[in-house]
Amino acid sequence: MQYALIVYNEAEYDAAPPDEVHAEYSELAHDSRFVDMAQLAPAATATSVRVAGGRTLTTDGPFADTKEVLGGFCVIEAANLDDAIDLAARIPAARLGGGVEIRPVARR
Amino acid sequence: MSTLEDVFREHWGRVLASLVGFLGDFDKAEESVQEAFVIAAHRWPTEGTPSSPAAWLTTTARNRAIDRIRRERTLADKIHLLPVPEAVMDEFDDTVIKDERLELIFTCCHPALPLEGQVALTLRALGGLQTAEIARAFLVSEETMKRRLTRAKNKIKATGIPFAVPAAHLLPDRLDAVLAVIYLIYNEGYSGRVDLGAEAISLGRVLTALMPDEPEVHGLLALMVIHHARRRARFSGDDLVLLDDQDRSLWDSRQLAAGRAVLDRAIALGGRGAYVVQAAIASLQTREQIDWPQVAGLYRRLIELTGSLVVELNYAVAVAQAGDPARALRTVDRLELDSYLYFHSTRGELLRRLHRDAEAKASYRRALDLATTTPERRFLARQLERL
Repeated sequence: MQYALIVYNEAEYDAAPPDEVHAEYSELAHDSRFVDMAQLAPAATATSVRVAGGRTLTTDGPFADTKEVLGGFCVIEAANLDDAIDLAARIPAARLGGGVEIRPVARR
Repeated sequence: MSTLEDVFREHWGRVLASLVGFLGDFDKAEESVQEAFVIAAHRWPTEGTPSSPAAWLTTTARNRAIDRIRRERTLADKIHLLPVPEAVMDEFDDTVIKDERLELIFTCCHPALPLEGQVALTLRALGGLQTAEIARAFLVSEETMKRRLTRAKNKIKATGIPFAVPAAHLLPDRLDAVLAVIYLIYNEGYSGRVDLGAEAISLGRVLTALMPDEPEVHGLLALMVIHHARRRARFSGDDLVLLDDQDRSLWDSRQLAAGRAVLDRAIALGGRGAYVVQAAIASLQTREQIDWPQVAGLYRRLIELTGSLVVELNYAVAVAQAGDPARALRTVDRLELDSYLYFHSTRGELLRRLHRDAEAKASYRRALDLATTTPERRFLARQLERL
C-alpha cells in the first residue's frame, strides 16, 4: 500500500537543517520502501496561489502560519500502517520537535 | 439459564475474529457472522447445539462468505467489474479454528483510531454488544454510535491498519493502549452501569487467557475484579459510601478471593507495573486490618510510575490513615489540583482531623461548588453537617 509521509519541521530546523540531519535523510532514501522523497526549501521561500473570479491571487508565505512548517514529503510502499509508522518514526524531524503525518495515497 | 443469546454472545468475538482474519474486512465479516447466527437460531433448537458451537458458527459463516464471494464473482464476470480476490477461497479445516481474538483486540485498539472509536469497536467486535446497547451505555444516540463505529471501521480499511499482533518492539506501547481501553470501559461501568463493568472483566479474562505471561494483563484483571467485588457496598440508595463505612457483608467474598488469586499470579510473573500496583492497593484495602504504611508505600511506587497528582493525593490519604494527618496535609498543600473536587474534600477531611474546623468547612464548601452529581453533593453536604 502506498502512503505519503508529510514531514513537518520545527521552525528553526526549517531554516538551516544541520549536516548530520541531511545525512540521515540521504541514508533513509536508500531504504527500498521509499518510492520518492523531496525536501523543501525553507517556508520563507513559499508563495501561495488562489484563483477567484478568474483572477490569480498570489501572496507571500505558506497557507497555514503554524508552529511546525511543511519541510518535505515522501511516498513509501509499506505493508500496512504499522510498517508506515515504523518508517515515519525514523524520519529525523519526528524526534527533533517536528512530526510526520501519514496519509494513504488515494487509489483510483 | 443459558439462552441462545448468551451462547451467541459467548462465541461472537471468537467467530468474528476468525472471519475478519479470513476476509480482511470488518463489515463483510460481521455480515457473515450474523448470517451464521440466524441459521443457528433456526436449526439448533430442533437439531441440538453442536458439540463445538464456535467451530460450527465459524464454518457456517465462512461458507456463507464464500458463497457470497462466488455470487459476486459470477456477477462480476457477467458485467466485467473488478475481479474478486482469489486468496480467500482457500480450503478450510473446521477441526482446528485458530483463536484470532488477540489480532482483533490489537486492531480495535490501534492508536491511529480515535479513543472513543477504539472503545466502541472493542465492545462491538469482542464483546458482541449491539450498537444500541453501546449507545445506551455511553449516553449517546444510536445514530451517533453507528457513525462512530463506521468511522473506525473505515479508517482501519482506508489506512491499512493490520489485523495482527504488533511486532515485539511495538508490543509494550500497544498493549498499554489495549489495557487503557479495557480499563476505560470498566470505569464507565463503575460510575453506575454495572453491565459495562462485567463486560470489561470478561474482556480482561479473554486477554489473560490469550497473553498468559503478561503481568500487567493479570494486574488489570485483578484490579477490576477486586473493585467489582465491592460494588454493592459503594452506594447506599443513592448515597456514596466511603471504604471505611462500607458494609463488608455486601462484598462478594468469592469474587474478592478470585481477584486476589489473579493478583498473586501477576506478582509471580514479576509484575511491578501500574495496574499490578493498583490491584495490590485495592487488595490491601479489603483486608480486615488495613496496613496503611504499606498502602502508602505502594502509592509512592505508583507516583514514580505515573507522575499523577491524583495519585499523590491518594498517597496523602494513606499517610493520614497511617496516623500522620499533619504530614498528609503538607503533601496535599503542595499539589496544584484546585479544580479537582477530591482535592478539596480530602483537604477538608485532613483539616477536620487536625481540629481546624473553620478551614475544613471552607474546603468542603469549595468541593461542594465543584460537585456535579447528586450523590457527590449529598455526600459533601453530610460532611459539612458533621462539622
